[in-house]
Amino acid sequence: MSENTATAAVAPTSGPPDGGRARRAVTGILGSAAGRNTGLVVALVLLCLVGVITAGDRFADVDNLLTILRLASVIGVVSVGMTFVITGGGIDLSVGAIVALSSVWATTLATQSVANDAHWSALVFTALAVGAGCGVINGGLIAYGRIVAFIATLAMLAAARGLAEILSNRKTQIVNVPGFTAFFDASVLGVPVLVIIFVVVAIVGWVVLNRTTFGRRTFAVGGNPEAARLAGIDVRRHTVLLYTLLGVCCGIAAVMLIARTTTGSSTHGVLYELDAIAAVVIGGTLLSGGRGTIAGTVFGVLIFTTLSNVFTLNNLSISAQAVAKGAIIVVAVLLQQRLARRGDT
Amino acid sequence: MSRTRTARAGALVAILVTGVALTACTGNTPDTATQTGGQAGVKVANDEPGEKVVIGFSAPAADHGWMAAISAAARAEAEKYSDVELKVVEGTNDVNLQISQVETFINDKVDAIVLLPFDGAAMTPVALKAMKAGITVINVDREFDSPFAARSTVLGDNYGMGVSAGTYVCEKLKGKSDAVVAEIAGIDSLPLTQDRSKGFADALGECGLNVDNRVAAEFTVESGEKAAANLLQAAPRIDAIWNHDDDQGIGVGAAIKNSGRSEFFLVGGAGSANVMREIKADNGLHKATVVYPSTQGADGIRLARLAVQGKSLGDLVEVEVPRQVELFAPVVTKDNVDDYLPTAFES
Repeated sequence: MSENTATAAVAPTSGPPDGGRARRAVTGILGSAAGRNTGLVVALVLLCLVGVITAGDRFADVDNLLTILRLASVIGVVSVGMTFVITGGGIDLSVGAIVALSSVWATTLATQSVANDAHWSALVFTALAVGAGCGVINGGLIAYGRIVAFIATLAMLAAARGLAEILSNRKTQIVNVPGFTAFFDASVLGVPVLVIIFVVVAIVGWVVLNRTTFGRRTFAVGGNPEAARLAGIDVRRHTVLLYTLLGVCCGIAAVMLIARTTTGSSTHGVLYELDAIAAVVIGGTLLSGGRGTIAGTVFGVLIFTTLSNVFTLNNLSISAQAVAKGAIIVVAVLLQQRLARRGDT
Repeated sequence: MSRTRTARAGALVAILVTGVALTACTGNTPDTATQTGGQAGVKVANDEPGEKVVIGFSAPAADHGWMAAISAAARAEAEKYSDVELKVVEGTNDVNLQISQVETFINDKVDAIVLLPFDGAAMTPVALKAMKAGITVINVDREFDSPFAARSTVLGDNYGMGVSAGTYVCEKLKGKSDAVVAEIAGIDSLPLTQDRSKGFADALGECGLNVDNRVAAEFTVESGEKAAANLLQAAPRIDAIWNHDDDQGIGVGAAIKNSGRSEFFLVGGAGSANVMREIKADNGLHKATVVYPSTQGADGIRLARLAVQGKSLGDLVEVEVPRQVELFAPVVTKDNVDDYLPTAFES
């Protein structure tokens, strides 16, 4: 659906923006909308074909489809947030740890008793607030402390999971808030609430990235921060906002994980950073920033979860799955590069 | 702790079965008559093929020799039965993924699910869902927090491991009231480590000994090396060391070798084949190890098959498969090592 080029795709060091750039960005949205995700759609369709051939009706089944979507939901929400940060020229290695910390903080006895006395949404707000707080710290360290994103978020990765272990005393915290569980366990017209949340987050993410000033600024900051600054964008403030947005997404993912497991634990979300970054990158978002696509990310997440589902249905080991995952990442990126080059010429 | 308590309370018909499945003998007495090498000792009518049973099996990532052996033993057990079809999804420490694996089993309408959860509490909702769908769930090693989430539970005995190790140390050090006993624990914050340590301290207390030096490692080789090196530095004279885990024991052995010390004897834990071979050859400091059966998954497969086919557990009068099976933690020494070596795990 969407694919944007705010700067010439492979040149983050290109000159300051001119009037033509904005126009080019607009034509980029319209012109390449259909073409750029073809590779991903083909890959997903191929995977589904493999699924149908090897597992037949067991794959092509509504229940199985919902199983895939439920699995995709949690990591999908994180990946949508990650798309913003990477498009804005950053990276966040701490998302898994933030999910763990949010899930633990939102399920402490104190939070749960507030949730039971007042309203179950207290649990949700705690998770979102913790996620946002971690995001603010990440963004602040990177934008104002001038710490490289890789290092700042690496520090957060260690610290957030450590804090989660301290808060929970490394025990799994069981949620006993009936209203919360009932709400997130429900389905609307057969679609689980978790999947609906993922769809809503993806749509909102697409609109924000492609149809708002915030989105245009994200492309500008990621493409060429110096040019963005000269164009009057408060790059540092925008960076903080990007990481905060991702933090909130981690909070949402934590709520979803709490609902799915009825627990908060410091072991939740291990290696989610790699899953999210992989999904974003095979989706076609440029790791160096300036180019990003929410639709591509969603396809990326679906490709990985479908892969995992096909492997499970066929009794194959997780190790073989990891190898296949690595191969898919390389092939997808090579394919994207080739398509991008063809698009430029 | 409360999780354990609720599950224990829920297990109304909880019984204690001694070394139930793969070991040819019961207890610690070597049984020379039946050296069947890992085969079940008692052939009962239960082994006759019955109706076909499709079993789904899921366990955490095999990042430890013991965990790898769990899956391997479960597969091997399923292959012995012509009426069992096993679907194995292995190896994830992501509860989100493990939940979706179990959901796939539910979609597939398997007859039974044998589940060693990465986190018992986190896997409880999906186990409940499976039970509601009429699937027999057998919980292995890490307990769910609801008694309704599993038909039957197979557990190791962590407290018993400590008791067995402590009792053995007491026997060996009989009469030496000033003996120095050291302990190298696993991950200290885990309830299972606390249970093991409590059992060890309780058993030592029975013979007037106590733990003089205690360090904790993390179930990995390098953490074992680090912890043991610190311990040897801290204690100039030691008479006995109990190490909770034979995988980290490889590191412990390396540290002892580097220090050149040999005035003490070593008792292992969990029961790896490495350590048992050393005990058998009697050429190292390991004189004994305490088994934490890596055949729990295999036992789960057997129980699942029996429960689905409506058979009872052989040798018990009770008509139904028991609600909970807590495995014994035997001490393996040179005298009985041959009985345990076939089912030991390779680290």
